[in-house]
Amino acid sequence: MAVRFSEAMGRRLIAGVPTLWLLLLFLIPFIIVFRISFSEVRLAIPPYTPLLSWHHGAPHLEVHWSAYSFLFTDPMYVSSYLYSLKVAAVSTLCCLLIGYPMALRIARSGEATRPLLLMLIVLPFWTSFLLRVYAWIGLLKNNGVINNTLLSLGVIDHPLSLLQTDFAVYIGIVYSYLPFMILPLYANLEKHDPALLEAAADLGARPWRAFLSITLPQSLPGIAAGSLLVFIPAVGEYVIPTLLGRPDQLMIGRVLSDEFFENRDWPVASAVAILILLLLIVPIMLFQRVERRQLEAEP
Amino acid sequence: MKPQALFTRVALALGLAFLYVPILSMIVFSFNNSRLVTVWDAAHSPTLKWYGVLVHNEQILTAAWLSIRIAVTAASVAVVLGTLAGVALARLGAFRGRLLLAGMVTAPIVMPEVITGLSLLLMFVALGQLIGWPKGTGAVTIALAHITFCMAYVTVVVQSRLAGFDESLEEAAMDLGARPLKVFFRITLPLILPAIASGWLLAFTLSWDDLVITQFVAGPGSSTLPMVVFSKVRFGVTPDVNALATILVLLVASGIAISTVWMGYQQRRRERDLQLAAAANL
Repeated sequence: MAVRFSEAMGRRLIAGVPTLWLLLLFLIPFIIVFRISFSEVRLAIPPYTPLLSWHHGAPHLEVHWSAYSFLFTDPMYVSSYLYSLKVAAVSTLCCLLIGYPMALRIARSGEATRPLLLMLIVLPFWTSFLLRVYAWIGLLKNNGVINNTLLSLGVIDHPLSLLQTDFAVYIGIVYSYLPFMILPLYANLEKHDPALLEAAADLGARPWRAFLSITLPQSLPGIAAGSLLVFIPAVGEYVIPTLLGRPDQLMIGRVLSDEFFENRDWPVASAVAILILLLLIVPIMLFQRVERRQLEAEP
Repeated sequence: MKPQALFTRVALALGLAFLYVPILSMIVFSFNNSRLVTVWDAAHSPTLKWYGVLVHNEQILTAAWLSIRIAVTAASVAVVLGTLAGVALARLGAFRGRLLLAGMVTAPIVMPEVITGLSLLLMFVALGQLIGWPKGTGAVTIALAHITFCMAYVTVVVQSRLAGFDESLEEAAMDLGARPLKVFFRITLPLILPAIASGWLLAFTLSWDDLVITQFVAGPGSSTLPMVVFSKVRFGVTPDVNALATILVLLVASGIAISTVWMGYQQRRRERDLQLAAAANL
């Protein structure tokens, strides 16, 4: 009986300690953000109105919608949301178009070269994200490597403005997140049975037709996992648009950070966070489903 | 060669060039004498002068030392919490709160960093008002925040490693009378040790590299290396950052090369042991 008791305690501890940690440092922080988003800003410590106050001995619930209505009346916020969605969608598509053939090639190369190629894909990920984005400033700026090369080759006669454009943001996001697209795609493509393609070839299917009717449909879970891994963080991206992007069109992650640090408006910053989450709730739940299925399907 | 194979081969080559050209250009220009960073000064280059500037930059050295201490702390605690969560999800079956744990543990991986950073800071502020701790933000709050998102990654690594083994070894040990704690330390832990090691390295890298969440939960006087680099490069390119990048790339590349060679050696040794065992049975 004593053994039983300690075993049950042990099981409770194993699951309980990480659950408690995440409740305290993940779930409760979100509830706090949610709660502050229904306050009004005020000059005090803390700089927002309380949700619950006491009037003549009775509790009084004070819910303000001003932070949200402010976001919908100022066109700057709406355009930042739409711009972030557009940038994330286009970048995800570019990652898919560039990453798919790369993943396919790695999955179909020999046993000996595969680990080397995978290492080459993952290696940049282990070096600093910030420094890799910074490298693009040196390449893209007016007297940067790309412009200098094109000028000396005589292709152009005055420098192209590449930095602080949408193009620079796309380059930065695709460059930083490409490994996140390639790895899940590779994990999927590597499991495909080559016999299916051989059978299709024997039956007279051209390679492209075999690709479209066999490889592509089978790789849909990999495409979904990779696309979500790029799209979700890209929507809230802060570093890349700040270093490479346009100063006149902010992405929503930068707006949140500016509201908090520059304007010190905690309720509006919280409302921006809640609205980003509402936008991403469906993609995040989809990702968790794909992830869970993958973890539980492994032999 | 078939056109399709040619196409994917070219795509892979171009894609790898895309991944490596920026890194190589940083390395090349770290040896450039000119202050103009991207204009090659052929007369006085290559030079090591920016490396000299770098090692005398007190601000960068202090920040790097803080980042290392935070990353070691965060990775070590995250490995313990992440391993517990991974074991719970892979081995405990259906327990109460499983869905809650599974949901919370993968969420930080995909959550936009600005949201995680904002919510953690607001929680620290609220906690400070409620119980008087933490008194302000700084190294401690940075470490707590890093542990939280790092443990998510460790959990995924450990859980997928455990999913690759069936429970028969653990069950056999139980049948032979081993207590659960002993089973864990003698069977489960050695099996998942490689996952724990790579989880630690992953957590260390993520913590060492994080900027956005750190900016929210850092206080005055606790600037990590990414924060110092970010404030430098926000206002233009600086040549000593190229030198810093080169040092970091070389450290990571040699680390990965060493671990690849070491794993290959372990693999060969295991194969040799198996062959010897097979030969002894004959």
